[in-house]
Amino acid sequence: MSGVWAVFYRELLILRSRLGRQMANYAISPLLYIIAFGWGMGRGVTMEGVDYLAYMLPGLLALSSMSRSFSISSEINIARFYWHTFEEFQTAPLSPAAIVLGEVLGGVVRGFLAAAVVAALALVSGVGLHFGAGLFAGVFLNCFLFASAAVLAAMMVRTHADQSNLTGFIITPMTFLCGTFFSLDKLPGWASAAIETLPLTHASHFIRASALGQPTPWLSLVVLASYGCVFFLMAVWQVRKASI
Amino acid sequence: MNSAVIETRDLTKVYGKTKALNGLDLVVERGEIFGFLGPNGAGKTTTCRVLTTLTKPTSGSAAVSGFDVVKQAVQAKSGMGVVAQHTNVDGELSVYANLKLHGMLHKMPPWLRETRISELLEFVGLAQRRNDPARQLSGGLKRRLMIARALLHNPSVLFLDEPTVGLDAQTRRRIWDLIRRSHQAGVTIMLTTHYIEEAEALCHRVGIIDSGKLIALDSPANLLASSGTHVVEEVGGQGRSWFFESREKASRRAAEMEDTVMIRRANLEDVFIRLTGRKVRP
Ligand SMILES: Nc1ncnc2c1ncn2[C@@H]1O[C@H](COP(=O)(O)OP(=O)(O)OP(=O)(O)O)[C@@H](O)[C@H]1O
Ligand SMILES: [Mg+2]
Repeated sequence: MSGVWAVFYRELLILRSRLGRQMANYAISPLLYIIAFGWGMGRGVTMEGVDYLAYMLPGLLALSSMSRSFSISSEINIARFYWHTFEEFQTAPLSPAAIVLGEVLGGVVRGFLAAAVVAALALVSGVGLHFGAGLFAGVFLNCFLFASAAVLAAMMVRTHADQSNLTGFIITPMTFLCGTFFSLDKLPGWASAAIETLPLTHASHFIRASALGQPTPWLSLVVLASYGCVFFLMAVWQVRKASI
Repeated sequence: MNSAVIETRDLTKVYGKTKALNGLDLVVERGEIFGFLGPNGAGKTTTCRVLTTLTKPTSGSAAVSGFDVVKQAVQAKSGMGVVAQHTNVDGELSVYANLKLHGMLHKMPPWLRETRISELLEFVGLAQRRNDPARQLSGGLKRRLMIARALLHNPSVLFLDEPTVGLDAQTRRRIWDLIRRSHQAGVTIMLTTHYIEEAEALCHRVGIIDSGKLIALDSPANLLASSGTHVVEEVGGQGRSWFFESREKASRRAAEMEDTVMIRRANLEDVFIRLTGRKVRP
């Protein structure tokens, strides 16, 4: 498994060289959501019985960690087709699983950094969240599954244009639909049933419940873990296909 | 013991309608510098990519160091060093970090890795640039870094896909020197090139590939002998040429001709042109 560490180490080196800019970047969209939706529109509003900002912030944790772990996708894509540096991994004596795991861990670290930025914003805006093992596990699974999906996407997509289509058609809709900003109870039954199948919905449920000290939605945990396993295995399969 | 380091059997690679490789049979022996020559699009890079596991063959088989490149890819990869045709250094990392990462990917123990990094940076003349970001290196220096990186883990076989393309004469000589020194250290080398003089200067045997097929395979001297050591060439006109096995025969023919002709020794380029049909045949 030393190969995993090597791939992960490369991603950490890259991350470190950009850390300052990256963290500032991670803060921008959550901050805008907090100002526009939390303070602007949501003041005095309650959602599922909690103050709107407190409702939204756990959703932002899920959202931000999702989009940052998924962002490794376009970087892997560029490393493959533009810089060709991905060949260094492919010509090293590593198993495809080691390559995927190394990349996924890189994505998980980014996701956690993004979540930490949101957590800091929550502290600053005076919203008390429970930072416990449940929250940690929820963020981890969310990052793991979206980083795996990112590797999978990067291995399937051929061009940079397709890569941004993917974000436009899959990631952006999930951002607004998956229970980040509003309760799914407000939607017609068929719509909420459809959205309940999406992974980010369960990340929002699970992370929100943990952060607000509500009973644990075990089903969501199972759904997140299952998505994570499936995406991870599919990513391994795609890397194997690409490299033999 | 089998002395073949690289062996392909009926290797075929099809891209859509293009047959990039069309039943290639090739054997590269341990300890040789093998030159792989062919016109653009002949299938040289495709061969290297299949052998280095980056591309999957459509049919046929290939083995490196006795390991099948499809079924035993991980074992095959551990003994090979790869220098691709395009530059693929990690520009965001320093020169040193590129090498360190490579050593980690190849599971080298840290003490060995650090020793080899220092040795190889000296070897390719990049010791002064150790901590610079790799993106700041010039094209020739990037290529030297790629060679150092490919040699770091002591591979038994080194694949070089046009390692000197686009480099000035001095840098090219320097890379030739690096290739010879690696060979002296026991590395088998498969070298793809367009430069005939490169093949003549370095290679023990040369394979000429055209349209995905091997059309000649021998030492440079034997290739010359088999195709004719002397050439009668038209000066002006269509620039046609004729091959002869001796100077006498060439002179006799030249004397019979009306046009102005010159007689010279054949070189590998003549063999190449003759075999690949890029000029009028005799
Ligand atoms: N990924 C690909 N998709 C489709 N066709 C390809 C691909 N890679 C190579 N080919 C085709 O396969 C043939 C062989 O290409 P290859 O790159 O192996 O040639 P080469 O001998 O290395 O040429 P050059 O001297 O120009 O580098 C060419 O016709 C090329 O167009
Ligand atoms: Mg080529």
